[in-house]
Amino acid sequence: MTNYFLKRLLQSVLVMLIVAFVSFSLFNFVGDPVHNMVGQEASAEKREEIREKLGLNDPIYTQFFRFVSNASKGEFGLSYQLRRPVSDLITERLPATLELVFVSALIAIFVGVFFGVYTGINREGFTSNFILIISLFGVSLPTFVIGILFIYLFSVILGILPSFGRGEVMHIGFWSTGFLTFSGLKALILPSVTLSLFQMTYIIRLVRAEMMEILQTDYIKFARARGINQNIINYSHALKNGLIPVITITGINVGTLIAFSIITETVFQWPGMGLLFINAVQFVDIPIMSAYLIMVAFIFVMINFIVDIAYYFIDPRIRFKEEAMVE
Amino acid sequence: MNFSVKFLLPFLLVGIISPALATTLKWSMPGDSLTLDPHAQNEGPTHMVSRQVYESLVTRTVDMSIEAQLATSWSTSDPETWVFKIRDGVVFSDGSPLTTSDVVFSINRALSGASDVIELIDSITSVKSTFNNQVEIKTEGPNPILLNQLSQIFIMSEAWSKKNGCEQSQDYDASQETYCSINAMGTGPFKITLREQNTRTVFERNDKWWGDQSQHNIDRLELLPIKNDATRVAALLSGDIDFTNFTPAQDIKRINGSALHKVASTPQARTIFFGMDQGIDELRSSNIKGKNPLKDKRVRLAMYHALNMDAIKDKVMRGLSEPAGMITFPGVQGYTKELDTRLPYDPNQSKKLLAEAGYPDGFEITLDCPNNRYINDEAICVATVGMLAKVGIKVNLDAQPKSIHFKDLQNGLSDFYMLGWGVPTFDSHYVYSFLLKSDGSWNKVGFKSDRVDELVGTMLTETNLDKRNANIAEAWAIVQDNMPYLPLHHQVISWATKSNVDVPIRTNNEPLFRFAKVN
Repeated sequence: MTNYFLKRLLQSVLVMLIVAFVSFSLFNFVGDPVHNMVGQEASAEKREEIREKLGLNDPIYTQFFRFVSNASKGEFGLSYQLRRPVSDLITERLPATLELVFVSALIAIFVGVFFGVYTGINREGFTSNFILIISLFGVSLPTFVIGILFIYLFSVILGILPSFGRGEVMHIGFWSTGFLTFSGLKALILPSVTLSLFQMTYIIRLVRAEMMEILQTDYIKFARARGINQNIINYSHALKNGLIPVITITGINVGTLIAFSIITETVFQWPGMGLLFINAVQFVDIPIMSAYLIMVAFIFVMINFIVDIAYYFIDPRIRFKEEAMVE
Repeated sequence: MNFSVKFLLPFLLVGIISPALATTLKWSMPGDSLTLDPHAQNEGPTHMVSRQVYESLVTRTVDMSIEAQLATSWSTSDPETWVFKIRDGVVFSDGSPLTTSDVVFSINRALSGASDVIELIDSITSVKSTFNNQVEIKTEGPNPILLNQLSQIFIMSEAWSKKNGCEQSQDYDASQETYCSINAMGTGPFKITLREQNTRTVFERNDKWWGDQSQHNIDRLELLPIKNDATRVAALLSGDIDFTNFTPAQDIKRINGSALHKVASTPQARTIFFGMDQGIDELRSSNIKGKNPLKDKRVRLAMYHALNMDAIKDKVMRGLSEPAGMITFPGVQGYTKELDTRLPYDPNQSKKLLAEAGYPDGFEITLDCPNNRYINDEAICVATVGMLAKVGIKVNLDAQPKSIHFKDLQNGLSDFYMLGWGVPTFDSHYVYSFLLKSDGSWNKVGFKSDRVDELVGTMLTETNLDKRNANIAEAWAIVQDNMPYLPLHHQVISWATKSNVDVPIRTNNEPLFRFAKVN
């Protein structure tokens, strides 16, 4: 047990170190931040002075060591562009992104499961085929195209939803929420639906396949033979078992949602971390870029780590293999 | 009962209606001001925001001419001493009166510490209050463009700055945050009541402003940055914003097609051109070894004649550019229409000149371009590659983000590159001191003329305007004769608004909301 746990932990740390190195290399290979900071007319001396201030003249290993030890404390220095600690900026932006991801995950799961079950049961119906075709757009059209289409339809033509931003937000401690105001909720609709489409399509297809498989199994046939109401069979017997892979996939994909939110946030000027990151890329604001990379990597590594550990408890085969190796 | 309702009703109605009557203008651009400290960053969008709140001794009005602002009059007692009379009755938005010591404090603040505007006014040696509400400024040697420079220096309240611990400019490079970098308090037409950087900045009418309040009818101004072009246009079309001074060229037709919106365009105070390194002995990227073809004026002219700027205007810029014959634009002291007329597009002439220069089969060279700095920068370069290929010059295009492009330029790594130059002072000296003086920090083409260097010196000290203008004209004649840069075009900027919104367009892309009207 301890052995397995330690091995996974070590792997996670190794992955984080590699990511740290990649994001650290950004400092040396992505353009010249000094240029953006001082403008076209500054003198060479001034540029050199700033390089010195930022520590860009130290040897690479010194810079890397400093970077890792600061990053492990959650410190990523100050943003070149905004002049504020990156950790503060991320804390400020985190609520916007998490609320967006939360709502779109909910939409994806509920709509996805509902349509998945529907299309799984009514395999050949017109509505089923319609849903499946429409859901194809969800995976095949890029997020920014869908976002822009939504904006044109719902904001420009129909004029019922805001085209950008988060609406009015309320502050509860450090957390800023759009859940408590009408304009905040309205502003959430377009971006969260846009962000959820990809996952939704995924879930529809997954649930559909699971349902189709399960509905053929013996215990369902047996339940039918017992004369149990078809709805109870569908939702209580079949769906329950079909949801297990959905939960696993969705859990892992929350990380993907956070990563995907970059594009959605840019299109809707959603003031979350994705927008912060895109702004940072254009300005070559490396502290923000590297902090973002490390954070996303950390989320993925954590989820994977938890899944691995969960498997250990769920799947006896791993447990036995490990124990056999120890002996 | 009845009486009290009648009596109270008007008050109730006022309470309910007046917020609705407040005229709001929502403004959007791709980015935001970097800091509210008016001296900490010499950067376009930063000045755009500060200018609504802070004022300067003299300023540029809508047509970019200099006019009095916090100073009512000025004179020079000798060529190195200027006396400014400060306007009476001006108060800051906190109610405190503007005094000469605020002016002295502000200029000294702009001149010291981590200020980013030092280079703009570094000819000032001393500034002090004198009697009669006057301020005396002494310069090192005569400075004929002092007024231009002072129009960029904002005046702050000494008491307010000191009380809040920011009597020194924010040190932007040392990542400092100060009270003055997140708050603003000036004498201008608006005050900032809410600041969420990169999300929302709210300005409200400053009722204490000394100027003519009837010039504008804006009670509330909101700056809502929207990075994505398509989203910004959609926000305008859907009515979520009223105005943007960054209108993507490809969307102008559609915005004009909307009955509820309009677009205004004007040549921008920025000229785009190519630099050609004629100083180096062998080009880095060419197949010609042992010599530098760009040293030969005939080669430079051949490249000039090969560029069809009208075609680029039509196809690449969608009509939104003014082909240029010189590397500065209308309104700059020293600009003339004659100099700005392009030599004809003539590929046969190009081939002839190349043959005369000894390159009948052309040569190979790399063109370095930014891809996110100027309007359609990369597309212009792509078009250029085709045009130069027609006369036998094989151009390899290297288009990169601005952060890499300008880094390479600064390190002197480019043979042939795109650059754009704006002139905040509206004087040729600014162009010469950076681009054409032999030791100019952006003279990456190796242009060297002793006479031009001499003339640049006199531009800074000659106070006889006629003589000075003659010097500028002579310098331009030398430059146009040598053609060290290939002029391309003046950028055209477009401002889009709702039809009922008037914001007078300005060539420096900086809106003055004190002249804005919502009808």
